[in-house]
Amino acid sequence: MTAAVAPTRFRRRSLAEYTGLVLVLALVVSSLAATAPSLDKIGRGVARLFAPSGLVMQMFPPDFSRIVPIGWKLLETLQMAVAGCALGLVFALPFAILATDRLSPHPLIRTAARALIALFRTVPDLVWAIVFIIVVGLGPAAGVLAIMVDKIGFAGRFFAEAMEETDPGPQDALRAIGASRLGLIVSAVIPASLPSFTATSLFALEKSVRGSAALGLVGAGGIGVDLKVAFDLFNYDEALAIILMMLALVIAVEQGSGWIRRKLI
Amino acid sequence: MNAPAHPAQVLAGSVAAGPVLAVDGLSRAFSGSKVLDGLSFVVPAGQATALIGANGSGKSTLLKCLIRLGGEPDAGRIQMLGCDVRALPPRDLRRFRARVGMVWQRHNLVPRLSALSNVTHGVQARLSGPRSWFQALAPAEVRAEAMACLDRVGLADRAMARVDGLSGGQQQRVAIARMLMQRPEFILADEPDASLDPQTGQEVMALLLGLVRQDGLSLLVISHRLEHTLAFSDRILGLAQGRIALDLPTAQANEPGLRRFFDHGVAA
Ligand SMILES: Nc1ncnc2c1ncn2[C@@H]1O[C@H](COP(=O)(O)OP(=O)(O)O)[C@@H](O)[C@H]1O
Ligand SMILES: [Mg+2]
Repeated sequence: MTAAVAPTRFRRRSLAEYTGLVLVLALVVSSLAATAPSLDKIGRGVARLFAPSGLVMQMFPPDFSRIVPIGWKLLETLQMAVAGCALGLVFALPFAILATDRLSPHPLIRTAARALIALFRTVPDLVWAIVFIIVVGLGPAAGVLAIMVDKIGFAGRFFAEAMEETDPGPQDALRAIGASRLGLIVSAVIPASLPSFTATSLFALEKSVRGSAALGLVGAGGIGVDLKVAFDLFNYDEALAIILMMLALVIAVEQGSGWIRRKLI
Repeated sequence: MNAPAHPAQVLAGSVAAGPVLAVDGLSRAFSGSKVLDGLSFVVPAGQATALIGANGSGKSTLLKCLIRLGGEPDAGRIQMLGCDVRALPPRDLRRFRARVGMVWQRHNLVPRLSALSNVTHGVQARLSGPRSWFQALAPAEVRAEAMACLDRVGLADRAMARVDGLSGGQQQRVAIARMLMQRPEFILADEPDASLDPQTGQEVMALLLGLVRQDGLSLLVISHRLEHTLAFSDRILGLAQGRIALDLPTAQANEPGLRRFFDHGVAA
């Protein structure tokens, strides 16, 4: 019996594979060189952060003296998220139906719906907020519209995927009965997709709450504007208080939606 | 054997009228390979006709072709319930499909909904809009009719049970109740007994035959069980090599010959 010989540690690679590897490395190194901060810059920055007059020292202790007005703004932030998310989910459903292979009335309509959903999803919500500030002016209305459009993009895609994945059998059966397209969608497709719709909707709400906290930075309502003002006026201790309250809101919503998801699925 | 020119005969105690279905030269190919190759046959009204054939011989394809589901046939004429099926424009096709009840190998019910809601869907054959979507929204007379259909299949006491919680045989019976809710004139059934245990499969076949004997409906049923074919049909059609290779009254069928046909698609 001959002893089994271990294979070489690394597989032989072709010239093309080596070339590819070198190109990727070159891309990473050149990108780092162009944009990443130097080590001593980071070192000096961290030292400044923790100096006696630095940002961290000025943040502590957090200043909760304006907790009541900040609390109201936090509520407005949550309301923006809920309103924008609800509107987004309502409009996401028809977009999703038009975007599916099986239910779309025409391939051209399907392509258009998919393109719109992709556009809504790809452009960041902060950019949508700036667009809607131009349309409806500063304030929470612009934020609600931005969240709505972002959610049509997010939920539209996942709603469509959920509907594509449903069992085609019941739909064929209803088609054979002579059911209309709408009857088919409401009585066969949506009931079968409901668990997935619910999960997507809860994720959309979490995403909306996280997003709505930042929208104020560009003037689209909510608590973001208070954070920006606190930073601009060097009220770092109040800024920390706002950040902590935002964090509490996001965690509360995520915990709540996680709990509902576990209950339902 | 070819289809008889005048299939109207008195068989097994049922009074047969003219044909409910006449197919002439029907062809269907999938990417070049001909599954149905210019086949012709006739199904008499008021009778149970069984369609047999080896696995993959094209029985399901044929059944779906008859109501233009899953793609159009390549050639041939289909005359069903007085309609030239292939010439129907979309709107009339929907109205025509409503008159044909289809029972599938898998029950194809909507999961998560109650038995009663699934049966209510059958009313979409003649009623559209929210009142046909769920039992809770349906008018009182629709709910009453749906209950009667469930009662017909022996499941009135499970009306509010979710269908995904029912047994396989119960699910197939709910599917039959949904088909009855359609008030069909002609029933097409694709191996309704295939996914059921022998006892339950037999009950389902007996239920379908009862609709022929008691309600005067016409039935074309695919079965892959020899004993069911013999016990629950008036006439047997055999499909092989894309053509009707067997067409005879069940009373004249001999078991070994049918067995050969089931296994190899060779004429009895
Ligand atoms: N949609 C389809 N696309 C391609 N081939 C198909 C399709 N449907 C059926 N076939 C083929 O047609 C033949 C007959 O299938 P089927 O009608 O399901 O047979 P049966 O019901 O008699 O078992 C099979 O060879 C199958 O592979
Ligand atoms: Mg089949």
